[in-house]
Amino acid sequence: MSVLAVSSLAKRYHRGGKPFAAVDDVSFDIGPAETLALAGPSGSGKSTIARLVLRLIEPDTGRIDFEGADFLALSCAALRSCRARIQMVFQDPLAAFNPHATVGRVLDDPLRIHNIASRAERPRRIAALLERVGLDAGLAARAIHEISGGQRQRVAIARAIATHPSLIVLDEAVSALDVSVRGQILELLLDLQRQERIAYLFISHDLGVIRAVAHRIVILDSGRIAESGDARAVIANPQSAIGKALVAATPKLIRNRP
Amino acid sequence: MTALLSIRDLGVVYRRDGSEVPALKSVSLDVLAGERLAIIGESGSGKSTLALAVAGLLPTGALVDGTIEWSAGQLQKPRSVTPLSVLPYTAGRPEGGVKDRQPLHFRLIGGRDIGFVFQDPSSSLDPVMPIGKQIAEVARTHLHLTWREAFTRAKILLERVRLPDPDSALHAYPHQLSGGQKQRVAIAAAIAAEPMLLIADEATSALDTIVQAEIVALIRRLVAEDGMTLIFISHDIALAAALADRIAVLRHGELIELGETRQIVNAPRHAYTRALLDAHLGLDAEPLLDRQGASA
Repeated sequence: MSVLAVSSLAKRYHRGGKPFAAVDDVSFDIGPAETLALAGPSGSGKSTIARLVLRLIEPDTGRIDFEGADFLALSCAALRSCRARIQMVFQDPLAAFNPHATVGRVLDDPLRIHNIASRAERPRRIAALLERVGLDAGLAARAIHEISGGQRQRVAIARAIATHPSLIVLDEAVSALDVSVRGQILELLLDLQRQERIAYLFISHDLGVIRAVAHRIVILDSGRIAESGDARAVIANPQSAIGKALVAATPKLIRNRP
Repeated sequence: MTALLSIRDLGVVYRRDGSEVPALKSVSLDVLAGERLAIIGESGSGKSTLALAVAGLLPTGALVDGTIEWSAGQLQKPRSVTPLSVLPYTAGRPEGGVKDRQPLHFRLIGGRDIGFVFQDPSSSLDPVMPIGKQIAEVARTHLHLTWREAFTRAKILLERVRLPDPDSALHAYPHQLSGGQKQRVAIAAAIAAEPMLLIADEATSALDTIVQAEIVALIRRLVAEDGMTLIFISHDIALAAALADRIAVLRHGELIELGETRQIVNAPRHAYTRALLDAHLGLDAEPLLDRQGASA
């Protein structure tokens, strides 16, 4: 059974008085411990799909099933408890968190709000979460703005896994990181996926990153699916015009190894 | 090739909350006339500080050591120092303060001789001025043209940067353009005064892959057509290698390695350069999924 199944999703906005389709008849599904990548140029609908899947915005038409239930039919209370199972990590954790809050406070919130651990138990859980993402437990006392970008993204991941989600939406989650840090964060995500069987909806404009971590890929163009399939096969031999353009535009590093 | 400028023992220290933060440490390098030089490094490596220092755009509170000598024969007559674009506010870098140890010759080099393209075209373009006027203003100020001549020149520049429908684009405002189109306009403004040196500081980093490739191709073509020298600042070693003749690698404010692109990519001397190359996730790299031996 799929963790997430999206069918015939559509969302229109108005731009300059004219309606335009940000997302148009999009269908896909993601299985447990699977990574599905959404790729495409700016404005192709990647982030709108992420926000629809998170129910931060409502679709005009279409259906979203999460863990086998109609996700769009959930009422407020049911949606709130369901949200523990769908988490998100964005590009810029400094914008996602109160920069003056401590790391401990940022990780305490989900544990408290979703009744995952008692007040007495929470400090121990926070320390365990920090260690799980490769950070020193002592970091809990530091403010978000004091730590490095890579550490902050690890905190964002720790916060996402605090509620034992089955799906994490990663919207350009490694795009702002230095390459050395990026590799470590991708390794961490793969490790968590293997251990906890988390599915990822992995949004990125970078085919190199997608190819490194994703099982399947959906390439979007102007809100519609241009092509989809096994990530490596599609990137090796794209069929759609936009897929070919994306592959052609990706910088190639040609090395003659001795 | 002759050096367009020689940087010797350049050190820059920012002052922040009473403490001193070194950004560049004793960097020496020559920028050769007519070359495409890439400066690469991770965040905090000092690559943007180096670009700002060359352009004379460091914040006034910065402590500057060393020299940047422009080869006299290469210089046009020094003129006004109005920067081509508004320097965007950069978090963490001190604003204001006392002017210290700012070498005099920085002030001889003005907007006329250096074009600067920043990462975010939205913050370097005036949101309430038609783009034609913004480009014409640069040409008028530095080339002493009349408004009519400057507008004619602006239109030609919009054609050269391949903006669709240059006639109506002259009267458009930045918010009416896409990110890639805005960067084309910023490039048109940067080259409006026929500079010898074009500095592009992460000029494609905020753009998607396809638009990035278009802008890199545009920069390559304009630099070749006008015989400009290019300093291309990037965090992306693959992008730098595709464009540059030489690559300088910075780390923690120090120049780690400088060489021909081919040498840097195929035979890096420094372990850090090798690590940067190995961290690149290309379309031919072994997927991390395989390295972990795990699959769904």
